[in-house]
Amino acid sequence: MSISTLAAATDLPPIPAADIEYSLIAPLLIVVGAAIVGVLVEAFWPRSSRFAAQAVLACGAIVAALADTVWVYTDLDRVEASLTARGQVAAEGALSIDGPGVFGWGILLVFGLLSMLLFAERRLEGGLSAFTGRAADAPGSPAEADAVQRRLEHSEIFPLALFALVGMMLFATANDLLTMFVALEVLSLPLYILCGLARRRRLLSQEAALKYFLLGAFSSVFFLYGIALAYGYSGSFELSAIDTAVTNRTDSETLLLASIALMAVGLLFKIGAAPFHTWTPDVYQGAPTPVTAFMAAGTKAAAFLALLRVFYVGFGGAQWDWRPTIVAIAIVTMFLGAVVSISQTDVKRMLAYSSIAHAGFLLVGFVGVYAGVAGSDRVTSVSSILFYLAVYGLSSIGAFAIVTLVRDSGGETTHLSKWAGLGRTSPLLAGSFAVFMLSFAGIPLTGGFIGKWGVFSAAYSGGFWWLVVIGVLISALAAYFYVRVIVLMFFTDPVGDGPTVAVPSPLTTVVIVVAVVGTVALGIIPGPVLDLAQHAGAFVR
Amino acid sequence: MFDLQWLLIAIPLASGALLLIWGKESDRFGHLIGTAASAASFVLGVVLFAALLGHDAEDRSHAVSLFTWIDTGTFHVEMSFVYDQLSALFVLLITGVGTLIHVYSIGYMEHDERRRRFFAFLNLFIAAMLTLVLAGDYLVLFLGWEGVGLASYLLIGFWQHKPSAAAAAKKAFVVNRVGDIGMALAIMLMFAQFGTSAIAAVNAAAPGATDAVTTSLGLLLLLGACGKSAQVPLQSWLLDAMEGPTPVSALIHAATMVTAGVYLVVRSNAIFDASEVARTAVIVVGLVTLLAGAWIGCAKDDIKKALAGSTMSQIGYMMLAAGLGPAGYPFAIFHLITHGFFKANMFLGAGSVMHGMDDDVDMRHYGGLRKAMPVTFATFALGYLAIIGFPGFSGFWSKDKIIETAFGENLWVGLGALLGAGVTAFYMTRLMMMTFFGDARWKDDVHPHESPKVMTVPLVALGALSLLGGVLLVGDWIVEWLEPVTGHAEHHELAVPAIVLTLIITLVAATGVALGFLTYGRRPVAAETPADGSVSFLARAGRHELYGNELNEAVVVRPTRHLTRFLVWFDGKGIDGFVTGLADRLGDTSQLLRKPQTGYVRSYALTMFAGVAIVVLCLLAVTLA
Repeated sequence: MSISTLAAATDLPPIPAADIEYSLIAPLLIVVGAAIVGVLVEAFWPRSSRFAAQAVLACGAIVAALADTVWVYTDLDRVEASLTARGQVAAEGALSIDGPGVFGWGILLVFGLLSMLLFAERRLEGGLSAFTGRAADAPGSPAEADAVQRRLEHSEIFPLALFALVGMMLFATANDLLTMFVALEVLSLPLYILCGLARRRRLLSQEAALKYFLLGAFSSVFFLYGIALAYGYSGSFELSAIDTAVTNRTDSETLLLASIALMAVGLLFKIGAAPFHTWTPDVYQGAPTPVTAFMAAGTKAAAFLALLRVFYVGFGGAQWDWRPTIVAIAIVTMFLGAVVSISQTDVKRMLAYSSIAHAGFLLVGFVGVYAGVAGSDRVTSVSSILFYLAVYGLSSIGAFAIVTLVRDSGGETTHLSKWAGLGRTSPLLAGSFAVFMLSFAGIPLTGGFIGKWGVFSAAYSGGFWWLVVIGVLISALAAYFYVRVIVLMFFTDPVGDGPTVAVPSPLTTVVIVVAVVGTVALGIIPGPVLDLAQHAGAFVR
Repeated sequence: MFDLQWLLIAIPLASGALLLIWGKESDRFGHLIGTAASAASFVLGVVLFAALLGHDAEDRSHAVSLFTWIDTGTFHVEMSFVYDQLSALFVLLITGVGTLIHVYSIGYMEHDERRRRFFAFLNLFIAAMLTLVLAGDYLVLFLGWEGVGLASYLLIGFWQHKPSAAAAAKKAFVVNRVGDIGMALAIMLMFAQFGTSAIAAVNAAAPGATDAVTTSLGLLLLLGACGKSAQVPLQSWLLDAMEGPTPVSALIHAATMVTAGVYLVVRSNAIFDASEVARTAVIVVGLVTLLAGAWIGCAKDDIKKALAGSTMSQIGYMMLAAGLGPAGYPFAIFHLITHGFFKANMFLGAGSVMHGMDDDVDMRHYGGLRKAMPVTFATFALGYLAIIGFPGFSGFWSKDKIIETAFGENLWVGLGALLGAGVTAFYMTRLMMMTFFGDARWKDDVHPHESPKVMTVPLVALGALSLLGGVLLVGDWIVEWLEPVTGHAEHHELAVPAIVLTLIITLVAATGVALGFLTYGRRPVAAETPADGSVSFLARAGRHELYGNELNEAVVVRPTRHLTRFLVWFDGKGIDGFVTGLADRLGDTSQLLRKPQTGYVRSYALTMFAGVAIVVLCLLAVTLA
């Protein structure tokens, strides 16, 4: 009996083929394709050159995807104002390929490329990467020593990072909640693994991975439950359908609010907003520093795009319900991040709290919900956040790249006291770090200033002038500890021998140079990028 | 051709800059460049003046705008200059006397290793002073005003290795800042009220302004004038300024810069014409300074300080005249010019004496110098006769006119001015007697000698001008010349004929001379200054500059110091205390907030769960409440 006769016999309706706009989602396909090829490479490529092959493959795929992203972006319908959406819903409603989403792809791919360069750095550990040789070995065991002696390396880190990257890209453009959840898991799972792979201080690293996994799973559950409630409320996973239901208030108010709250928790966890920030310091500190850089820049950007999309598109009709709560969270997050970072003695933890504070500043722009008015060039909430994410990610990757270089015999010396006097021994390096600190503090002539100005301006336009006042006050507070690091580096005598600064390969050098130049350029001539963000337009529905 | 007036300023400015930049190679001929630049400016000034004479009276004001200096919003300032009858006279005085003093300085500063720099500063001063008098906008004038202040500061402190010179420069600088506050506020007020700071526009708008505005403007400008012209109460810096090299005292602190205040009042005549109060204030300031300066001049044994007191006093005359309105303006300028001649002459003469006396300035160490320095004596005598108002000399005509006009205004003002004339004659005779007559009191190792030609030639030229300066008044020329600028004056009828008044003035002056001669010419002069205890309280007060410094100390310096101490204390305890306290509290908060970061996943999860509960409750509360 042939298949055709079986179909005819049971008289099933024909299943229509899914209509996929392959050209629009090509960047995603390139990255995920490269990740799968990476798995094959892992299996079949000779070990001696595997690490290099994986690195080239990952970087090449990202560059190709970036080029394609630019092409996709220019191909979106041109709009002159920021009011209208450009782009379309694609892949049977699963993805929305629009201005902000594709802009997000762009910055994610740039962050990914810079991070891959840091991943590939092998000069600092004497020809080995910053990742453990054999993750299965117990720390301190003879097996570990054996792995070191045999110079084993995990080159899976590149495919893992590519999977995480494609998850982030998907997260930024998911148009229905199920896709979004899948994206969330695709981005999270590889990161959990990557966090546990540090070559040095492996216990700390494994602890971080486990914590991240447990808490991440915990938050995913809330997110999933929120999705279920949203489906229960609206009968659909698609954001536009949810929007319709919310606008018409079809069902119980409580159901909707519970759904909003639970989904918010899942997303706020990923961006590291208080009180869902507790994982951030531990994970940032324990993870291998290149992974921390990748997470700090990439996860935050992807999660913020998802947050914007869910709340502006799906729950936009209920904004008067969720804004007060988000305002409170923004204030608490800014304050907590800024204040607690004062008493940190570890550079990576300090940067973690700084990232929490930045999540707070980004939330200030977010609650502005300012979509612009016709004929005005004022920065909208979406474009201000896009610009902020670009600047913050760039500075973060640069700062963590520098952290990888300040070392002693035990690897990176992240204790702040060891950084004293760095400005005397390595003025260029300390100067670069100072640039990132000034950018984080929002000092003029750095990108951070324009970024802060943008989100505050959007919040002001959205009617939250008093929140802007609080934000500015907390920025002043936050400036304290950034400046403290600069003082420590330049005006304090080194303790003992002081830190040694390792000479990196060109890979890390390129990352730092790009980050410094980018941070300063975005501060002095923000026009082009700000314009690009402004013309990204609104989200498609 | 009047468009070329900017060259007047540009030439010395370029020369000054050149001398400062060029460096050591130009040490040999730098002074010649400086002198040539000043002379070139003078020649151009003469040419322009001749051209101006060729124009009709109503066609003698020539404005030129070089470029737009400031243009923001409604604030618009042109870099504009005006060459008219008033500025023409000033250009001639500044460049003319300036050139003579440049020539003199070649000799006077010959052995100073920083002579090139000295000439650079002199050139800069000339440029700034010309900017001041040619300015067509108060802001441009202010530029020159600060420029001459800077040059004055640099030149007073030229011998900065002497602490007294450095301190004097600083004092001049600080006191002048007080006056500058007045200037700056006046310009701001002009802009706020009239929307412009162009001199012509402000003068045109002043008659239509309210009393309050014109009075405030007048008083603020007077404050500025007091600072620059060393008028009471901002007089204290001038006597200290004598620490500078003597040519500087002659040029800046006698002939030109210190008269800038008088220029300012005359230039702003419309404002003062419109405000009775401001004008009265000018008269009072002038009269008080006139008498105070003369008093100080009587008591000083330092020849330069005696002359400085005299300068104060003579500028007081000019101020007084300027306060008398249109009738007085021309005579203020007239006296300013003749004073420029004879006072520069006498200062340079004093410098020549010091040159021959190993830089000793104490007149009690002089005596009988007329034989040792015949040329200096002769030229100094011409200046002396001019200042006491000996009939026929320049000072006779100019002072006579001021006193006459003062009597026309008010009997008491006239009497004060008349008294001043008598005192002037007394202290100048004292100075003359102590320096050139009587027994030689100099020490054995001092060998007075005549100065070189390069110094005496300018003396001769200035002596001649002291004698002949009065020709400007022939046929009331200067009055008619300035009338388009200063306005027409109503003629006052005096109670007595002018000739009688002139006789009285001459008699009073003669009395002063006689008293001076009897006191210092007939009796031997002590070689050392008598102790404070043995002289009358009048002399004591004069020596201490009428306790001006003590007054400043008590009224300004000490309270300011107390205020500063209080502010330092407040800054330390109050503000810093608050800030460090805040920082400490933040540190505590930080320590407190990091406590929950225990490292235990279970407590993290609990925190999150609590967070979820709070978020849900918040959302519900917001909406359902």
